Amino acid sequence: MPDTSVSSASSHPDAPATSPLIHARGLTKRFGSFVAVDAVDFDVARGESFGFLGPNGAGKTSTMRMIGCVSPISDGTLSVMGMDPKTQGPEIRANLGVVPQQDTLDVELTVRENLSIYGRYFGLSRAEVRRRADELLEFAQLTERADDQVEPLSGGMKRRLTIARSLINEPTVLLLDEPTTGLDPQARHLLWDRLYRLKQQGVTLVLTTHYMDEAEQLCDRLVVMDKAKIVAEGSPRALIEQYSTREVTELRFAPGVVDSLDGQLDGIAERVERLPDRVLLYADDGEAAAVAVHQRGLRPETVLVRRSSLEDVFLRLTGRSLIE
Amino acid sequence: MTALTRPVSTLGRVFEYRLLTYRRTYRSSLFSSFVSPVLFLTAMGLGLGSYVSNSAALDGVPYLVFLAPGLLAATAMQTASFEATFPIIGGLIWNKVFHAMYATPISPRDVALGNLAWIMARLALVTGIFTLVIIAFGAYESPLVILCIPAAVLTGMAFAGPMAAFSATQQNPNRFATIFRFVITPLFLFSGTFFPVSSLPAGLQVLAGLTPLYHGVALTRSLALGTVMDDPAATVIHLVYLVTLAVVGAYLTTRTIERRLIRG
Repeated sequence: MPDTSVSSASSHPDAPATSPLIHARGLTKRFGSFVAVDAVDFDVARGESFGFLGPNGAGKTSTMRMIGCVSPISDGTLSVMGMDPKTQGPEIRANLGVVPQQDTLDVELTVRENLSIYGRYFGLSRAEVRRRADELLEFAQLTERADDQVEPLSGGMKRRLTIARSLINEPTVLLLDEPTTGLDPQARHLLWDRLYRLKQQGVTLVLTTHYMDEAEQLCDRLVVMDKAKIVAEGSPRALIEQYSTREVTELRFAPGVVDSLDGQLDGIAERVERLPDRVLLYADDGEAAAVAVHQRGLRPETVLVRRSSLEDVFLRLTGRSLIE
Repeated sequence: MTALTRPVSTLGRVFEYRLLTYRRTYRSSLFSSFVSPVLFLTAMGLGLGSYVSNSAALDGVPYLVFLAPGLLAATAMQTASFEATFPIIGGLIWNKVFHAMYATPISPRDVALGNLAWIMARLALVTGIFTLVIIAFGAYESPLVILCIPAAVLTGMAFAGPMAAFSATQQNPNRFATIFRFVITPLFLFSGTFFPVSSLPAGLQVLAGLTPLYHGVALTRSLALGTVMDDPAATVIHLVYLVTLAVVGAYLTTRTIERRLIRG
Protein backbone atom coordinates (compact mmCIF):
# COMPACT_ATOMS: atom_id res chain seq x y z
CA MET A 1 0.00 0.00 0.00
CA PRO A 2 1.49 3.36 -0.96
CA ASP A 3 -0.01 5.48 1.77
CA THR A 4 -1.10 4.01 5.05
CA SER A 5 -0.98 7.24 7.01
CA VAL A 6 -4.39 8.59 7.85
CA SER A 7 -4.78 11.86 6.01
CA SER A 8 -6.59 14.77 7.56
CA ALA A 9 -9.98 14.93 5.87
CA SER A 10 -10.80 18.32 4.49
CA SER A 11 -14.46 19.26 4.17
CA HIS A 12 -14.02 20.98 0.83
CA PRO A 13 -14.17 19.28 -2.57
CA ASP A 14 -11.06 21.17 -3.70
CA ALA A 15 -8.88 19.70 -1.02
CA PRO A 16 -5.12 20.03 -1.55
CA ALA A 17 -3.80 17.75 -4.26
CA THR A 18 -1.62 15.91 -1.78
CA SER A 19 -4.45 14.26 0.14
CA PRO A 20 -6.09 11.33 -1.63
CA LEU A 21 -9.35 12.05 -3.43
CA ILE A 22 -10.79 8.77 -2.21
CA HIS A 23 -9.58 7.26 1.01
CA ALA A 24 -10.79 3.93 2.39
CA ARG A 25 -9.66 1.98 5.45
CA GLY A 26 -11.27 -1.23 6.59
CA LEU A 27 -14.13 -0.48 4.21
CA THR A 28 -16.78 -3.17 4.63
CA LYS A 29 -20.18 -3.90 3.10
CA ARG A 30 -22.45 -6.55 4.54
CA PHE A 31 -25.86 -7.67 3.33
CA GLY A 32 -27.25 -9.55 6.32
CA SER A 33 -24.65 -12.19 7.10
CA PHE A 34 -23.11 -12.02 3.61
CA VAL A 35 -19.91 -9.98 3.42
CA ALA A 36 -19.67 -8.36 -0.02
CA VAL A 37 -16.64 -6.18 0.75
CA ASP A 38 -14.35 -7.29 3.54
CA ALA A 39 -12.25 -4.57 5.20
CA VAL A 40 -10.48 -3.20 2.12
CA ASP A 41 -7.94 -0.36 2.17
CA PHE A 42 -7.19 1.84 -0.83
CA ASP A 43 -6.45 5.42 -1.85
CA VAL A 44 -7.08 7.14 -5.15
CA ALA A 45 -5.03 10.24 -5.94
CA ARG A 46 -6.28 13.24 -7.90
CA GLY A 47 -5.88 12.76 -11.65
CA GLU A 48 -5.15 9.08 -11.25
CA SER A 49 -6.78 6.30 -13.20
CA PHE A 50 -7.58 3.59 -10.69
CA GLY A 51 -9.06 0.16 -11.30
CA PHE A 52 -10.74 -2.65 -9.43
CA LEU A 53 -9.97 -5.87 -11.28
CA GLY A 54 -11.69 -9.08 -10.36
CA PRO A 55 -14.26 -11.67 -11.39
CA ASN A 56 -18.01 -11.23 -11.03
CA GLY A 57 -19.04 -11.28 -7.37
CA ALA A 58 -15.65 -10.11 -6.07
CA GLY A 59 -17.20 -7.03 -4.45
CA LYS A 60 -16.26 -4.43 -7.08
CA THR A 61 -19.74 -3.05 -7.67
CA SER A 62 -20.51 -2.90 -3.93
CA THR A 63 -17.32 -0.89 -3.44
CA MET A 64 -18.24 1.46 -6.29
CA ARG A 65 -21.73 1.99 -4.89
CA MET A 66 -20.29 2.95 -1.52
CA ILE A 67 -17.93 5.44 -3.19
CA GLY A 68 -20.90 6.72 -5.20
CA CYS A 69 -22.79 7.39 -1.93
CA VAL A 70 -25.81 5.31 -2.93
CA SER A 71 -25.06 2.42 -0.56
CA PRO A 72 -24.21 3.08 3.10
CA ILE A 73 -20.95 1.59 4.37
CA SER A 74 -21.30 -1.17 6.97
CA ASP A 75 -17.95 -0.63 8.64
CA GLY A 76 -14.61 1.13 8.32
CA THR A 77 -13.94 4.64 7.06
CA LEU A 78 -14.45 6.20 3.65
CA SER A 79 -13.92 9.74 2.53
CA VAL A 80 -14.57 11.00 -0.99
CA MET A 81 -13.16 14.38 -2.00
CA GLY A 82 -12.56 14.99 1.69
CA MET A 83 -16.23 14.51 2.52
CA ASP A 84 -18.12 11.87 4.47
CA PRO A 85 -20.59 9.82 2.41
CA LYS A 86 -22.72 9.26 5.53
CA THR A 87 -23.60 12.91 5.95
CA GLN A 88 -22.61 14.61 2.70
CA GLY A 89 -23.95 12.20 0.07
CA PRO A 90 -25.70 14.80 -2.11
CA GLU A 91 -22.68 17.15 -1.99
CA ILE A 92 -20.34 14.33 -3.01
CA ARG A 93 -22.67 13.09 -5.74
CA ALA A 94 -22.81 16.64 -7.12
CA ASN A 95 -19.12 16.23 -8.03
CA LEU A 96 -19.21 12.63 -9.26
CA GLY A 97 -19.92 11.22 -12.68
CA VAL A 98 -21.40 7.74 -12.59
CA VAL A 99 -21.48 5.15 -15.36
CA PRO A 100 -23.43 2.23 -13.88
CA GLN A 101 -22.96 -1.35 -15.00
CA GLN A 102 -26.42 -1.36 -16.56
CA ASP A 103 -27.52 1.64 -18.61
CA THR A 104 -30.16 3.72 -16.84
CA LEU A 105 -31.25 5.77 -19.86
CA ASP A 106 -34.85 6.60 -20.67
CA VAL A 107 -34.93 4.89 -24.05
CA GLU A 108 -38.16 6.62 -25.06
CA LEU A 109 -36.57 10.05 -24.78
CA THR A 110 -34.15 11.38 -27.38
CA VAL A 111 -30.38 11.35 -26.97
CA ARG A 112 -30.34 15.08 -26.26
CA GLU A 113 -33.26 14.90 -23.84
CA ASN A 114 -31.45 12.23 -21.83
CA LEU A 115 -28.45 14.53 -21.54
CA SER A 116 -30.35 17.68 -20.71
CA ILE A 117 -32.69 16.22 -18.09
CA TYR A 118 -29.68 14.68 -16.38
CA GLY A 119 -28.01 18.09 -16.29
CA ARG A 120 -31.17 19.47 -14.74
CA TYR A 121 -30.86 16.90 -11.92
CA PHE A 122 -27.67 18.73 -10.96
CA GLY A 123 -29.50 22.02 -10.90
CA LEU A 124 -27.83 23.43 -14.03
CA SER A 125 -29.70 26.14 -15.91
CA ARG A 126 -31.38 25.25 -19.20
CA ALA A 127 -28.94 27.42 -21.15
CA GLU A 128 -25.94 25.80 -19.48
CA VAL A 129 -27.35 22.34 -20.05
CA ARG A 130 -27.88 23.09 -23.73
CA ARG A 131 -24.30 24.31 -24.15
CA ARG A 132 -22.78 21.31 -22.36
CA ALA A 133 -25.06 18.85 -24.17
CA ASP A 134 -23.81 20.09 -27.55
CA GLU A 135 -20.20 19.66 -26.45
CA LEU A 136 -20.81 16.21 -25.01
CA LEU A 137 -22.71 15.02 -28.07
CA GLU A 138 -19.64 15.97 -30.06
CA PHE A 139 -17.35 14.21 -27.58
CA ALA A 140 -19.46 11.04 -27.67
CA GLN A 141 -19.76 11.21 -31.47
CA LEU A 142 -23.53 11.27 -31.22
CA THR A 143 -24.26 14.69 -32.73
CA GLU A 144 -25.98 13.17 -35.74
CA ARG A 145 -28.24 11.08 -33.52
CA ALA A 146 -29.01 13.91 -31.09
CA ASP A 147 -32.72 14.07 -31.83
CA ASP A 148 -33.29 10.34 -32.28
CA GLN A 149 -34.87 8.16 -29.64
CA VAL A 150 -32.38 6.13 -27.62
CA GLU A 151 -34.19 2.81 -28.04
CA PRO A 152 -32.83 1.82 -31.48
CA LEU A 153 -29.23 2.90 -30.80
CA SER A 154 -26.49 0.24 -30.68
CA GLY A 155 -25.07 -0.93 -27.36
CA GLY A 156 -21.88 1.04 -27.96
CA MET A 157 -23.80 4.24 -28.70
CA LYS A 158 -25.93 3.84 -25.57
CA ARG A 159 -22.78 3.33 -23.56
CA ARG A 160 -21.19 6.47 -25.05
CA LEU A 161 -24.36 8.37 -24.22
CA THR A 162 -24.20 7.12 -20.63
CA ILE A 163 -20.60 8.31 -20.41
CA ALA A 164 -21.48 11.67 -21.98
CA ARG A 165 -24.33 11.99 -19.51
CA SER A 166 -22.02 11.28 -16.57
CA LEU A 167 -19.85 14.25 -17.63
CA ILE A 168 -22.63 16.85 -17.73
CA ASN A 169 -21.80 18.14 -14.24
CA GLU A 170 -18.06 18.33 -15.09
CA PRO A 171 -17.24 15.81 -12.36
CA THR A 172 -14.03 15.65 -10.36
CA VAL A 173 -14.20 11.85 -10.28
CA LEU A 174 -15.71 9.55 -12.87
CA LEU A 175 -16.90 6.15 -11.58
CA LEU A 176 -17.19 3.52 -14.31
CA ASP A 177 -18.62 0.13 -13.42
CA GLU A 178 -17.74 -2.38 -16.14
CA PRO A 179 -17.76 0.32 -18.83
CA THR A 180 -17.34 -1.95 -21.84
CA THR A 181 -18.88 -5.26 -20.77
CA GLY A 182 -21.02 -6.69 -23.53
CA LEU A 183 -19.64 -4.48 -26.29
CA ASP A 184 -17.99 -5.64 -29.49
CA PRO A 185 -14.23 -5.00 -29.87
CA GLN A 186 -14.64 -1.98 -32.14
CA ALA A 187 -17.07 -0.29 -29.76
CA ARG A 188 -14.76 -1.04 -26.85
CA HIS A 189 -11.76 0.56 -28.54
CA LEU A 190 -13.79 3.66 -29.34
CA LEU A 191 -14.86 3.90 -25.69
CA TRP A 192 -11.31 3.39 -24.45
CA ASP A 193 -10.22 6.21 -26.72
CA ARG A 194 -12.85 8.53 -25.19
CA LEU A 195 -11.88 7.54 -21.66
CA TYR A 196 -8.21 8.03 -22.44
CA ARG A 197 -8.99 11.59 -23.54
CA LEU A 198 -10.75 12.27 -20.27
CA LYS A 199 -7.74 10.96 -18.41
CA GLN A 200 -5.54 13.32 -20.43
CA GLN A 201 -7.81 16.17 -19.37
CA GLY A 202 -7.11 15.35 -15.74
CA VAL A 203 -10.37 13.64 -14.81
CA THR A 204 -9.85 11.07 -12.08
CA LEU A 205 -11.14 7.73 -13.33
CA VAL A 206 -12.17 4.90 -11.04
CA LEU A 207 -13.29 1.81 -12.87
CA THR A 208 -14.13 -1.81 -12.34
CA THR A 209 -13.51 -4.43 -14.95
CA HIS A 210 -13.02 -8.12 -15.38
CA TYR A 211 -11.17 -7.54 -18.62
CA MET A 212 -7.43 -7.51 -18.08
CA ASP A 213 -6.81 -5.72 -21.39
CA GLU A 214 -9.12 -2.94 -20.26
CA ALA A 215 -7.28 -2.64 -16.96
CA GLU A 216 -3.93 -2.55 -18.78
CA GLN A 217 -5.15 0.08 -21.23
CA LEU A 218 -6.77 2.44 -18.77
CA CYS A 219 -5.38 2.01 -15.27
CA ASP A 220 -2.32 3.71 -13.83
CA ARG A 221 -2.80 1.60 -10.75
CA LEU A 222 -5.18 -1.11 -9.75
CA VAL A 223 -6.18 -3.48 -7.02
CA VAL A 224 -7.04 -7.09 -7.67
CA MET A 225 -10.17 -8.14 -5.81
CA ASP A 226 -11.24 -11.66 -5.07
CA LYS A 227 -13.90 -12.92 -2.70
CA ALA A 228 -14.55 -9.50 -1.11
CA LYS A 229 -10.88 -8.81 -0.41
CA ILE A 230 -8.04 -6.96 -2.11
CA VAL A 231 -5.35 -9.52 -2.90
CA ALA A 232 -2.79 -7.32 -4.68
CA GLU A 233 -2.18 -3.71 -5.55
CA GLY A 234 0.11 -1.85 -7.98
CA SER A 235 0.52 -0.65 -11.55
CA PRO A 236 -0.30 -3.24 -14.23
CA ARG A 237 3.39 -3.55 -15.07
CA ALA A 238 4.51 -3.87 -11.45
CA LEU A 239 1.88 -6.51 -10.77
CA ILE A 240 2.99 -8.54 -13.77
CA GLU A 241 6.61 -8.25 -12.74
CA GLN A 242 5.84 -9.23 -9.19
CA TYR A 243 3.46 -12.09 -9.78
CA SER A 244 4.37 -13.45 -13.20
CA THR A 245 7.29 -14.06 -15.52
CA ARG A 246 8.11 -11.92 -18.52
CA GLU A 247 6.67 -14.42 -20.99
CA VAL A 248 4.20 -17.25 -21.08
CA THR A 249 4.20 -20.25 -23.37
CA GLU A 250 0.73 -21.63 -23.98
CA LEU A 251 0.54 -25.26 -25.07
CA ARG A 252 -2.63 -26.84 -26.40
CA PHE A 253 -2.79 -30.62 -26.51
CA ALA A 254 -5.27 -33.02 -28.01
CA PRO A 255 -8.16 -33.80 -25.62
CA GLY A 256 -7.09 -36.08 -22.78
CA VAL A 257 -3.35 -35.57 -23.26
CA VAL A 258 -3.07 -32.91 -20.53
CA ASP A 259 -4.06 -35.47 -17.89
CA SER A 260 -1.24 -37.84 -18.93
CA LEU A 261 1.53 -35.25 -18.71
CA ASP A 262 2.57 -36.05 -15.13
CA GLY A 263 6.04 -34.74 -14.47
CA GLN A 264 7.04 -34.45 -18.10
CA LEU A 265 7.10 -30.63 -18.00
CA ASP A 266 8.96 -30.31 -14.70
CA GLY A 267 11.89 -27.92 -14.72
CA ILE A 268 11.16 -26.37 -18.09
CA ALA A 269 9.62 -23.22 -16.61
CA GLU A 270 9.56 -21.32 -13.32
CA ARG A 271 5.96 -22.37 -12.90
CA VAL A 272 3.56 -24.63 -14.77
CA GLU A 273 -0.17 -23.97 -14.69
CA ARG A 274 -2.58 -26.63 -15.92
CA LEU A 275 -5.95 -25.46 -17.19
CA PRO A 276 -8.63 -27.83 -18.52
CA ASP A 277 -7.85 -26.99 -22.15
CA ARG A 278 -4.19 -25.94 -22.08
CA VAL A 279 -0.95 -25.77 -20.15
CA LEU A 280 0.79 -22.47 -19.34
CA LEU A 281 4.55 -22.38 -18.90
CA TYR A 282 5.77 -19.31 -17.03
CA ALA A 283 9.33 -18.47 -18.12
CA ASP A 284 11.27 -15.32 -18.89
CA ASP A 285 12.29 -16.84 -22.22
CA GLY A 286 9.18 -18.37 -23.75
CA GLU A 287 10.89 -19.49 -26.94
CA ALA A 288 13.44 -21.49 -24.98
CA ALA A 289 10.63 -23.15 -23.02
CA ALA A 290 8.89 -24.08 -26.28
CA VAL A 291 12.09 -25.60 -27.64
CA ALA A 292 12.59 -27.57 -24.42
CA VAL A 293 9.08 -29.01 -24.74
CA HIS A 294 9.92 -30.33 -28.20
CA GLN A 295 13.26 -31.72 -27.04
CA ARG A 296 11.37 -33.82 -24.49
CA GLY A 297 9.41 -35.34 -27.34
CA LEU A 298 6.11 -33.67 -26.52
CA ARG A 299 3.99 -32.62 -29.50
CA PRO A 300 1.39 -30.00 -28.52
CA GLU A 301 -1.17 -29.12 -31.21
CA THR A 302 -0.42 -25.42 -30.90
CA VAL A 303 2.29 -23.40 -29.18
CA LEU A 304 1.86 -19.70 -28.44
CA VAL A 305 4.51 -17.52 -26.81
CA ARG A 306 3.15 -14.27 -25.42
CA ARG A 307 3.90 -11.63 -22.82
CA SER A 308 2.47 -12.05 -19.35
CA SER A 309 -0.79 -10.22 -18.67
CA LEU A 310 -2.94 -9.37 -15.69
CA GLU A 311 -4.87 -12.55 -16.43
CA ASP A 312 -1.75 -14.45 -15.40
CA VAL A 313 -1.43 -12.34 -12.28
CA PHE A 314 -4.97 -13.18 -11.36
CA LEU A 315 -4.48 -16.87 -12.04
CA ARG A 316 -1.39 -16.87 -9.85
CA LEU A 317 -3.11 -15.02 -7.01
CA THR A 318 -6.34 -16.95 -6.95
CA GLY A 319 -5.78 -20.15 -8.89
CA ARG A 320 -8.71 -19.24 -11.11
CA SER A 321 -9.35 -17.41 -14.39
CA LEU A 322 -10.96 -13.98 -14.42
CA ILE A 323 -13.77 -14.93 -16.75
CA GLU A 324 -15.25 -18.28 -15.85
CA MET B 1 -28.34 26.85 -1.53
CA THR B 2 -29.80 26.78 1.92
CA ALA B 3 -30.88 23.61 3.66
CA LEU B 4 -34.49 24.71 3.35
CA THR B 5 -34.72 25.44 -0.37
CA ARG B 6 -32.58 22.53 -1.56
CA PRO B 7 -35.08 19.70 -0.96
CA VAL B 8 -37.83 21.59 -2.77
CA SER B 9 -35.68 22.34 -5.79
CA THR B 10 -34.32 18.79 -6.07
CA LEU B 11 -37.86 17.42 -5.78
CA GLY B 12 -38.84 19.76 -8.61
CA ARG B 13 -36.23 18.14 -10.86
CA VAL B 14 -37.97 14.78 -10.48
CA PHE B 15 -41.23 16.51 -11.34
CA GLU B 16 -39.56 18.01 -14.40
CA TYR B 17 -38.56 14.54 -15.60
CA ARG B 18 -42.13 13.29 -15.31
CA LEU B 19 -43.34 16.36 -17.19
CA LEU B 20 -40.81 15.71 -19.95
CA THR B 21 -41.98 12.13 -20.41
CA TYR B 22 -45.64 13.22 -20.25
CA ARG B 23 -45.09 15.58 -23.18
CA ARG B 24 -44.82 12.53 -25.43
CA THR B 25 -48.42 11.55 -24.84
CA TYR B 26 -50.16 14.69 -23.59
CA ARG B 27 -52.42 15.15 -26.62
CA SER B 28 -54.10 11.77 -26.39
CA SER B 29 -54.09 11.99 -22.60
CA LEU B 30 -55.85 15.36 -22.51
CA PHE B 31 -58.29 14.24 -25.18
CA SER B 32 -59.36 11.17 -23.23
CA SER B 33 -59.54 13.20 -20.00
CA PHE B 34 -62.20 15.25 -21.78
CA VAL B 35 -63.98 12.57 -23.80
CA SER B 36 -64.31 10.02 -21.04
CA PRO B 37 -66.49 12.17 -18.69
CA VAL B 38 -68.57 13.38 -21.65
CA LEU B 39 -69.33 9.78 -22.67
CA PHE B 40 -70.00 8.58 -19.14
CA LEU B 41 -72.25 11.49 -18.20
CA THR B 42 -74.16 11.18 -21.47
CA ALA B 43 -74.67 7.40 -21.32
CA MET B 44 -75.13 6.87 -17.60
CA GLY B 45 -76.26 10.29 -16.39
CA LEU B 46 -78.63 11.27 -19.20
CA GLY B 47 -79.39 7.90 -20.85
CA LEU B 48 -79.66 5.51 -17.92
CA GLY B 49 -80.59 8.38 -15.61
CA SER B 50 -83.83 9.00 -17.52
CA TYR B 51 -85.11 5.70 -16.11
CA VAL B 52 -84.18 6.63 -12.54
CA SER B 53 -86.74 8.56 -10.52
CA ASN B 54 -85.67 11.48 -8.32
CA SER B 55 -85.90 9.49 -5.12
CA ALA B 56 -85.04 10.82 -1.68
CA ALA B 57 -82.15 8.38 -1.58
CA LEU B 58 -80.51 10.40 -4.37
CA ASP B 59 -80.65 13.51 -2.19
CA GLY B 60 -83.63 14.65 -4.26
CA VAL B 61 -81.57 15.55 -7.32
CA PRO B 62 -81.68 14.17 -10.89
CA TYR B 63 -79.54 11.07 -11.40
CA LEU B 64 -77.07 12.98 -13.58
CA VAL B 65 -76.42 15.45 -10.76
CA PHE B 66 -76.06 12.59 -8.27
CA LEU B 67 -73.71 10.61 -10.51
CA ALA B 68 -71.36 13.36 -11.78
CA PRO B 69 -69.38 14.13 -8.57
CA GLY B 70 -69.20 10.43 -7.68
CA LEU B 71 -67.75 9.63 -11.07
CA LEU B 72 -65.30 12.51 -10.67
CA ALA B 73 -63.95 11.10 -7.39
CA ALA B 74 -63.80 7.58 -8.84
CA THR B 75 -61.90 8.86 -11.89
CA ALA B 76 -59.37 10.50 -9.57
CA MET B 77 -58.90 7.14 -7.85
CA GLN B 78 -58.30 5.36 -11.14
CA THR B 79 -55.89 7.96 -12.51
CA ALA B 80 -53.92 8.02 -9.27
CA SER B 81 -53.78 4.24 -9.04
CA PHE B 82 -52.44 3.90 -12.56
CA GLU B 83 -49.86 6.67 -12.11
CA ALA B 84 -48.69 5.17 -8.81
CA THR B 85 -48.10 1.68 -10.17
CA PHE B 86 -46.54 1.27 -13.63
CA PRO B 87 -44.45 4.47 -13.74
CA ILE B 88 -43.02 3.71 -10.27
CA ILE B 89 -41.96 0.16 -11.06
CA GLY B 90 -40.76 1.44 -14.45
CA GLY B 91 -38.37 3.97 -12.93
CA LEU B 92 -37.13 1.51 -10.32
CA ILE B 93 -36.84 -1.64 -12.42
CA TRP B 94 -37.55 -1.28 -16.13
CA ASN B 95 -35.47 1.67 -17.26
CA LYS B 96 -33.98 2.38 -13.81
CA VAL B 97 -34.13 6.15 -14.29
CA PHE B 98 -34.77 6.64 -10.57
CA HIS B 99 -31.40 5.00 -9.95
CA ALA B 100 -29.85 7.47 -12.40
CA MET B 101 -31.43 10.31 -10.40
CA TYR B 102 -29.99 8.90 -7.18
CA ALA B 103 -26.49 9.13 -8.70
CA THR B 104 -26.95 12.93 -8.71
CA PRO B 105 -27.69 15.23 -5.74
CA ILE B 106 -31.30 13.98 -5.86
CA SER B 107 -32.23 11.89 -2.81
CA PRO B 108 -34.62 8.93 -2.58
CA ARG B 109 -37.03 11.21 -0.75
CA ASP B 110 -36.96 13.62 -3.70
CA VAL B 111 -37.72 10.71 -6.03
CA ALA B 112 -40.71 9.66 -3.90
CA LEU B 113 -42.15 13.10 -3.26
CA GLY B 114 -41.37 14.39 -6.75
CA ASN B 115 -43.36 11.53 -8.23
CA LEU B 116 -46.25 12.13 -5.84
CA ALA B 117 -46.17 15.85 -6.69
CA TRP B 118 -46.41 14.89 -10.33
CA ILE B 119 -49.38 12.62 -9.65
CA MET B 120 -51.03 15.50 -7.83
CA ALA B 121 -50.54 17.72 -10.87
CA ARG B 122 -51.94 15.04 -13.16
CA LEU B 123 -54.95 14.71 -10.88
CA ALA B 124 -55.50 18.47 -10.88
CA LEU B 125 -55.52 18.40 -14.68
CA VAL B 126 -57.82 15.39 -15.02
CA THR B 127 -60.29 16.48 -12.32
CA GLY B 128 -60.18 20.08 -13.56
CA ILE B 129 -61.26 19.00 -17.04
CA PHE B 130 -63.86 16.67 -15.54
CA THR B 131 -65.28 19.48 -13.42
CA LEU B 132 -65.55 21.73 -16.47
CA VAL B 133 -67.52 18.98 -18.19
CA ILE B 134 -69.80 18.72 -15.13
CA ILE B 135 -70.41 22.46 -15.28
CA ALA B 136 -71.09 22.27 -19.03
CA PHE B 137 -73.67 19.53 -18.37
CA GLY B 138 -75.21 21.68 -15.63
CA ALA B 139 -74.80 18.65 -13.38
CA TYR B 140 -74.36 20.56 -10.12
CA GLU B 141 -76.44 22.41 -7.56
CA SER B 142 -73.93 24.76 -5.91
CA PRO B 143 -71.08 27.04 -7.05
CA LEU B 144 -69.00 25.09 -4.54
CA VAL B 145 -68.71 22.56 -7.39
CA ILE B 146 -65.38 24.22 -8.17
CA LEU B 147 -64.06 22.84 -4.85
CA CYS B 148 -64.73 19.37 -6.23
CA ILE B 149 -61.31 19.72 -7.90
CA PRO B 150 -59.25 19.78 -4.67
CA ALA B 151 -61.60 17.24 -3.07
CA ALA B 152 -61.09 14.81 -5.96
CA VAL B 153 -57.32 15.47 -6.00
CA LEU B 154 -57.24 14.59 -2.30
CA THR B 155 -59.23 11.44 -3.00
CA GLY B 156 -56.69 10.49 -5.65
CA MET B 157 -53.74 11.16 -3.34
CA ALA B 158 -55.28 8.92 -0.67
CA PHE B 159 -54.79 6.13 -3.22
CA ALA B 160 -51.54 7.34 -4.83
CA GLY B 161 -49.52 7.31 -1.59
CA PRO B 162 -50.27 3.75 -0.46
CA MET B 163 -50.20 2.40 -4.03
CA ALA B 164 -46.80 3.96 -4.82
CA ALA B 165 -45.43 2.57 -1.54
CA PHE B 166 -46.64 -0.88 -2.56
CA SER B 167 -45.34 -0.55 -6.13
CA ALA B 168 -41.84 0.19 -4.85
CA THR B 169 -41.77 -3.22 -3.13
CA GLN B 170 -42.68 -5.16 -6.29
CA GLN B 171 -40.29 -6.83 -8.74
CA ASN B 172 -42.86 -7.05 -11.56
CA PRO B 173 -46.37 -5.76 -12.27
CA ASN B 174 -48.13 -9.11 -11.75
CA ARG B 175 -49.94 -8.05 -8.60
CA PHE B 176 -51.15 -4.78 -10.09
CA ALA B 177 -53.79 -6.58 -12.16
CA THR B 178 -55.05 -8.29 -8.99
CA ILE B 179 -55.32 -4.95 -7.22
CA PHE B 180 -57.17 -3.32 -10.09
CA ARG B 181 -59.52 -6.28 -10.39
CA PHE B 182 -60.24 -6.95 -6.72
CA VAL B 183 -59.77 -3.53 -5.10
CA ILE B 184 -60.14 -0.67 -7.55
CA THR B 185 -63.05 -2.06 -9.61
CA PRO B 186 -65.20 -3.10 -6.60
CA LEU B 187 -64.55 0.29 -4.99
CA PHE B 188 -65.52 1.98 -8.24
CA LEU B 189 -68.83 0.09 -8.28
CA PHE B 190 -69.82 -0.04 -4.60
CA SER B 191 -68.54 3.12 -2.89
CA GLY B 192 -71.54 5.30 -3.64
CA THR B 193 -70.45 6.33 -7.12
CA PHE B 194 -73.46 4.95 -9.02
CA PHE B 195 -76.00 4.47 -6.22
CA PRO B 196 -76.17 5.45 -2.55
CA VAL B 197 -74.36 3.16 -0.16
CA SER B 198 -77.60 3.09 1.86
CA SER B 199 -79.06 0.74 -0.77
CA LEU B 200 -76.49 -1.93 0.14
CA PRO B 201 -77.24 -4.67 2.70
CA ALA B 202 -76.41 -3.47 6.23
CA GLY B 203 -73.15 -5.43 6.53
CA LEU B 204 -71.83 -4.15 3.23
CA GLN B 205 -72.83 -0.61 4.16
CA VAL B 206 -70.39 -0.71 7.07
CA LEU B 207 -67.70 -2.14 4.82
CA ALA B 208 -68.30 0.47 2.11
CA GLY B 209 -68.15 3.21 4.73
CA LEU B 210 -64.61 2.16 5.62
CA THR B 211 -63.23 2.51 2.09
CA PRO B 212 -61.39 5.67 1.05
CA LEU B 213 -63.42 6.08 -2.11
CA TYR B 214 -66.64 6.25 -0.07
CA HIS B 215 -65.25 9.26 1.80
CA GLY B 216 -63.92 10.83 -1.40
CA VAL B 217 -67.28 10.43 -3.15
CA ALA B 218 -69.23 11.74 -0.16
CA LEU B 219 -66.98 14.80 0.19
CA THR B 220 -66.98 15.59 -3.53
CA ARG B 221 -70.75 15.12 -3.82
CA SER B 222 -71.47 17.31 -0.79
CA LEU B 223 -69.59 20.13 -2.52
CA ALA B 224 -71.34 19.75 -5.87
CA LEU B 225 -74.74 19.61 -4.17
CA GLY B 226 -73.91 22.40 -1.71
CA THR B 227 -74.69 20.17 1.27
CA VAL B 228 -71.18 20.24 2.68
CA MET B 229 -72.10 22.22 5.79
CA ASP B 230 -75.26 20.21 6.51
CA ASP B 231 -73.18 17.73 8.47
CA PRO B 232 -69.83 19.37 9.39
CA ALA B 233 -68.74 16.40 11.49
CA ALA B 234 -69.05 14.08 8.49
CA THR B 235 -67.05 16.52 6.35
CA VAL B 236 -64.28 16.62 8.94
CA ILE B 237 -64.20 12.82 9.10
CA HIS B 238 -63.90 12.59 5.30
CA LEU B 239 -61.06 15.11 5.27
CA VAL B 240 -59.14 13.57 8.17
CA TYR B 241 -59.52 10.06 6.71
CA LEU B 242 -58.28 11.07 3.24
CA VAL B 243 -55.46 13.35 4.43
CA THR B 244 -54.21 10.65 6.80
CA LEU B 245 -54.07 8.06 4.03
CA ALA B 246 -52.30 10.48 1.69
CA VAL B 247 -49.71 11.51 4.28
CA VAL B 248 -49.04 8.02 5.63
CA GLY B 249 -48.84 6.80 2.04
CA ALA B 250 -46.31 9.48 1.12
CA TYR B 251 -44.20 8.57 4.15
CA LEU B 252 -44.28 4.87 3.26
CA THR B 253 -43.46 5.65 -0.38
CA THR B 254 -40.36 7.52 0.75
CA ARG B 255 -39.31 4.55 2.85
CA THR B 256 -39.90 1.84 0.24
CA ILE B 257 -38.31 3.81 -2.61
CA GLU B 258 -35.28 4.56 -0.45
CA ARG B 259 -34.90 0.89 0.44
CA ARG B 260 -35.12 -0.13 -3.21
CA LEU B 261 -32.66 2.52 -4.44
CA ILE B 262 -30.10 1.68 -1.77
CA ARG B 263 -30.34 -2.02 -2.58
CA GLY B 264 -29.41 -1.18 -6.18
